[in-house]
Amino acid sequence: MYTQIYILRFPKDTSDKPFIYKLVKEYDIEFNILKADILLQREGVMILELKGSNKASVEAGLTFLKSLGVKTERLATRIRRDDDICFQCGACTGICPVGALYLRRPEMEVIFDAEKCTGCSLCVPICPVRAMELAIDRDWVLPEETMA
Amino acid sequence: MSKAKVQKSYEEINARIKAGEAVVVTAEEMVGIVRDRGPEQAAREVDVVTTGTFAPMCSSGMFFNFGQMTPTIKASHVWLNKVPAHAGLAAVDCYLGVTEPAEDDPLNKIYPGEFRYGGGHVIEDLLRGKKLLLEAKAYGTDCYAAKKMKKEVTLADLPYALLCNPRNGYQNYNCAVNLSEKAVYTYMGMLKPNCRNANYCSAGELSPLLNDPLYRTIGIGTRIFLGGATGYVTWHGTQHNPHVPRTPGGAPRKPAGTIMVQGDLKKMSHDWVRGVSILGYGNTLAVGLGIPIPILDAEMAAYTGVSDEDLFTQVVDYGYDYTNGIARNYGEVSYAQLKSGSIIVNGKEVPTAPLSSLPKARQIANILKEQISQGQFLLNRPAETLPDGR
Ligand code: SF4
Ligand code: SF4
Repeated sequence: MYTQIYILRFPKDTSDKPFIYKLVKEYDIEFNILKADILLQREGVMILELKGSNKASVEAGLTFLKSLGVKTERLATRIRRDDDICFQCGACTGICPVGALYLRRPEMEVIFDAEKCTGCSLCVPICPVRAMELAIDRDWVLPEETMA
Repeated sequence: MSKAKVQKSYEEINARIKAGEAVVVTAEEMVGIVRDRGPEQAAREVDVVTTGTFAPMCSSGMFFNFGQMTPTIKASHVWLNKVPAHAGLAAVDCYLGVTEPAEDDPLNKIYPGEFRYGGGHVIEDLLRGKKLLLEAKAYGTDCYAAKKMKKEVTLADLPYALLCNPRNGYQNYNCAVNLSEKAVYTYMGMLKPNCRNANYCSAGELSPLLNDPLYRTIGIGTRIFLGGATGYVTWHGTQHNPHVPRTPGGAPRKPAGTIMVQGDLKKMSHDWVRGVSILGYGNTLAVGLGIPIPILDAEMAAYTGVSDEDLFTQVVDYGYDYTNGIARNYGEVSYAQLKSGSIIVNGKEVPTAPLSSLPKARQIANILKEQISQGQFLLNRPAETLPDGR
């Protein structure tokens, strides 16, 4: 599973093409619309979370979008932990490749070090109570929104 | 001259609890007490040892009754938030199992499935005070004419709701690795290929049945902490198996005893009853369980003084062996080794991760300690003990 969030900018004449249908049908990509501002015959902006079985499948979908003249940019994301939801089991500590989730011994408390986290999101579906969430980095999005 | 050996009865211990004089410690604290002073002296000083565990626990569910309506109904199919419940009990009595996924869940069609919502989540949502959609279908009889029903309910609307775990408190559990060449998604979590991680699931020295390894005090009628409320042990659990190899201290070296527990769901809290989604495997429930152990004599003090160094489990392959029913293991490791962060399997160092929450287990043991010390929680002598294989 590979998930990334992208800002897509559509030139005027692409906004009526069935690109989402093709992404799903031909590139096997799932999507989540996080923000959309598309009007017929005008430039449109959309923020989409794209999810494919691996990095290559998401990239193939992006290449397809680019061939339609869509400008794509990857959006900075970050991972946060909802401490009210986390029950400190430790399952995520065996998965995190960089040690951003680790056990403090001897208490066996599960610590999340946001500084170390690379945002790979491997821990998101592994957490049995979905305490790890993918969040868009607000600092990054806001100036983009005002530009659009 | 040696002092007489300590012998305490349940009645004596309860009298001390009521008087606010009982000495209560957690199973972690008991390790040092027994090590320093020996079991005889520890039994003289300590009255009760509290244990705890908080981990995903299959074989859990909820018996509930949803009350009649007009015209009356004898439900044959029932759903709560689209999760099917078993309705073949009585007109409006049902059992909702925690591993049941929502009917429209894609399961493992998109592998590994996420299993976002199942029976465990229904129970957690009820405890969070949420409104759930209750649907029922029936064939209709002269006395129960209605053929369908659909309404929103909260936990308060259900006349009866009982948390009932036919199996809980597993006494020890396997340490899981994957020796195959592809990643596997199991109830023991995601296991990387070629033995690159090991997962285990027990609170070790805090775990209830590991502190009473031969079931001397935990039996039918034992009063326990369950899901934030008071519950009871009502039978031995499914898969209870006392016939396993044991350490000289009596502790099983493999999965062994289990207990069936139940308690009033309406008194429980969502802090201690959590719906769980295990990637590629399915849904289940994590339940907080805590059991107080009376220190009747030196033998009970020695049992509860057990430490992670003295508790062992087997390393089992979930890449091939488990699913093919091959009883084989790749060595024995202690809980001290597991908690240290790595173990040696086939001569190679493998990082470990727990699936059972130690901070929560410790919190449960401390809640029980507090309740008993303040005289709010008395101990029950079991009406029958669990089968011990002897
Ligand atoms: S997103 Fe990746 S790096 Fe960050 S905590 Fe999760 S597993 Fe670790
Ligand atoms: S897997 Fe989830 S619940 Fe468990 S410690 Fe990690 S973030 Fe917390």
